[in-house]
Amino acid sequence: MNDETITINGNECRFEKGQTILEVAEENNIYIPTLCYLKGATPTGTCRICVVEIEGYRRLETSCTTPAEAGMVVLTESPKVVASRKETLELMLASGNHNCAIGFNRGEDWTSVQLKTQEADDAGELCPAWGDCRLQELAYHYQVDGSKYAKRDVKYPMETVNPLIVRDFSRCILCGRCVQACNEIQVNRAINFGYRGADTKIVAGADVPLKDSACVFCGECIQACPVGALVEKKARYTWRPWEVNKIRTTCPYCGVGCQLWLHEKNGRIVKVTGVEDGAPNKGRLCVKGRFGYDFIYSEDRLKTPLIKKNGQFQEASWDEALDLVANKFKEIIKQDGPDALAGVSCARSINEDSYQMQKLFRAVFKTNNIDHCART
Amino acid sequence: MFLVIGSNMAEAHPVASTFLKNAVLKGAKLIVIDPRKHRLVDFADVHLQLKVGSDIALLNALMYVLIDENLYDKEFVSSCCVGFEELKEKVLAYPPERVVDICGIDAEKIRDTARFLASVKPLMLCYTLGITEHTCGKNNVMSTANLQMLLGNMGVECGGVNPLRGQNNVQGACDMGALPNVYPGYQAVTNPDACAKFETAWNVEGMSKKVGLMIPQMMDGLVDGSVRGFYIFGENLANTEPDMNKVAHELSSAEFIVCQDIFQTETTRFAHVVLPAAAWSENDGTFTNSERRVSRVRTASTPPGIAKPNWWIFKEIARRFGHDWPSASAQEIWDNEVSVLAPNFAGIKYHRVEKDGLQWPCTDEQHPGTCYLHHGGQFTCGLGQFRPVDWTPPAEVPDEDYPLVLSTGRRLYHYHTRTQTGRCGGLNDLLGEETADISLQDASRLNIENGEIIRLISRRGEVNVRAKVTPEVSEGMVWMAFHFNDANANWLTNAAFDPDTLTAEYKACAVRIEKLSN
Ligand code: SF4
Ligand code: SF4
Repeated sequence: MNDETITINGNECRFEKGQTILEVAEENNIYIPTLCYLKGATPTGTCRICVVEIEGYRRLETSCTTPAEAGMVVLTESPKVVASRKETLELMLASGNHNCAIGFNRGEDWTSVQLKTQEADDAGELCPAWGDCRLQELAYHYQVDGSKYAKRDVKYPMETVNPLIVRDFSRCILCGRCVQACNEIQVNRAINFGYRGADTKIVAGADVPLKDSACVFCGECIQACPVGALVEKKARYTWRPWEVNKIRTTCPYCGVGCQLWLHEKNGRIVKVTGVEDGAPNKGRLCVKGRFGYDFIYSEDRLKTPLIKKNGQFQEASWDEALDLVANKFKEIIKQDGPDALAGVSCARSINEDSYQMQKLFRAVFKTNNIDHCART
Repeated sequence: MFLVIGSNMAEAHPVASTFLKNAVLKGAKLIVIDPRKHRLVDFADVHLQLKVGSDIALLNALMYVLIDENLYDKEFVSSCCVGFEELKEKVLAYPPERVVDICGIDAEKIRDTARFLASVKPLMLCYTLGITEHTCGKNNVMSTANLQMLLGNMGVECGGVNPLRGQNNVQGACDMGALPNVYPGYQAVTNPDACAKFETAWNVEGMSKKVGLMIPQMMDGLVDGSVRGFYIFGENLANTEPDMNKVAHELSSAEFIVCQDIFQTETTRFAHVVLPAAAWSENDGTFTNSERRVSRVRTASTPPGIAKPNWWIFKEIARRFGHDWPSASAQEIWDNEVSVLAPNFAGIKYHRVEKDGLQWPCTDEQHPGTCYLHHGGQFTCGLGQFRPVDWTPPAEVPDEDYPLVLSTGRRLYHYHTRTQTGRCGGLNDLLGEETADISLQDASRLNIENGEIIRLISRRGEVNVRAKVTPEVSEGMVWMAFHFNDANANWLTNAAFDPDTLTAEYKACAVRIEKLSN
């Protein structure tokens, strides 16, 4: 343990060598807003939202990249800091199509707001990330409305040709979180910064649609995107955060057992995200875990028991079907003993189901003829 | 350092592979042993592209070098292991030069790799079905354990032998005793004490102490009439078992089949009764992942129609036999039965796994769970036992008529027979049909273009399938998955099994390619 301290907003905070000011603040429950900062990736200081004032320093420094040094005196919400954040936010709001009713030039009437929305998104709704947007949150917090600068037109059209992911460059604030998620967290190396200056864009490969790039559709970039620039195609416009319950569960596919948040609205899963900090996946998911949930709503689901009569399946009640199964099994046991029955359990279903099935075979039928495809 | 053998992690266990790639970016070393140049190979320091089914020969040769050059962990071997002399005798018959033809790898490369393996500690060995889905699957597994014991990499964090379990809950289904030889928690059915314990707990008498049948034996029983009633819960055997024509014959011979599932599948066609089950996220429960971590599964929607939770269906059948089972929810089943009956899970209760799960063994409610086994060289049987094994070729090897090796596995965008992923928006757009992956060399020799439909023929069946010409596979090899019914690799695969585990040899059979058009 190190006895050296820094002072943040008048509080003495101990720190370990190598910790950044942001990390020390977080450990001490002092809030510093961040935007581009992505846990688990190298901090870049790109967005400049997390700036702080340090006594004796000429400029404001980004707290995510500045290591704590003994004796530092830091202010996280000084007038200078707040002014800088406001300016940063003004510029971000002006940089694109942030039509969530925060980012509008005041004085515009509601009808023209809606018309513009229609035109930009080909949808009658405001930004799909409205209510789930870090930029909007910060703009509200610092009461910034984007009226200071004229809105820039965005030259890159929305990319809707991909399965599962919609890329909307008009809302991209170039924070680089998606690039880090793809390169440092998932290490798929599909996207990066491309072009220069005002033309800067997040590009996949040689600026091709995601589907033609090295992208594997893990969706980590969507989860990292703080605004509405990367959105799940299936979830787009189907939900707002206040309408959903978040239910924690385990992915039904492979043996990694990733932890998922199911975003449930009116008894339906509308979207899935990873549980940040949850074991074993720390928020990461793959394409199946993130997007493979809607099979349960397929019209093809079996809805009633079926009994085959003359080669055709006919719908039956539970009593009919279960009585038939029980009677047939009883008859077989009586004639040929319990070992004339055999069962295969399911390696995809819950533990409790497998337990019940083997109990049925062992305790009720009295055979150990129970297996599952443990070997495939 | 990591040694990944027979595991296409980046597609089959994508999130696990991200952590491995993170470690590599931070400087960890990676050795990949695999017949295919799959995505992880981009990150590897060494890739040994061995011939399909030559794993044991290669591992023995690596151990030869470790012993011959005195590179193994003598302290660990002498204090924690037995059987070293036997191992030594066996592997000394495998000098690298001898296996060059079997494995298709240079002797010098094998030597270098062995030296590299010995130079970094700890080393974690990960394997998947590339190791087990062979007629010598069990021996393959023992070989990997031999190697790790020889290197002294057991019982340490980031060491050991780490099998990545295929399905989300295959670990759990084993743990729960859905196996013919053990009760929940791996208590042997042949052990009279265990049997008595479960009889008391379940309030019954006269349970069988005889080991039951494994799936392939059950299938044989359907044909010879010794198995008359067959209960298939959630498995699409018609498409997942090797040699689909044979499987269809077996299932159609059955006298009475009950299928319990969420969809009609190729298997339910053979059923006499189909029972509609609640799916994932339609009832509460637990899954156990590859790391033996028990995590919660929760309800988000209601099942369609009158579909019911699986555990309820089993309970209802038991009731018709006069057994009234008290537990009436997944939580009651776990908390009041499973964790009471299986000492390894005794400390795991629902209230303890509300957030992150717990890894068993977890023997009481204060126990924090166990992240890795064999701590400090402690094995279940006291000392680590070397089990030297000989290399044996796959049951079917290429010959004049069928000159290529077909190996199979999973792809990223789908899961098994697609009963689920095939019904998810977007996933079919990413991968809409099966392909046969073939090498550049074979493609040019047979004059086949990328994307052309070819016919693939084995002794058991044939499929027409689109060719994907790719540098991922080496000359002489064809690779396919089993996600689609039409061009399912299992029309071709060989129903040859490991004699002990009865795991089928999905990873190797002989095929030939026929060109359809000119
Ligand atoms: S979906 Fe995954 S692979 Fe594709 S760009 Fe996003 S992070 Fe990268
Ligand atoms: S999200 Fe992907 S890696 Fe994670 S458990 Fe599901 S299928 Fe496996």
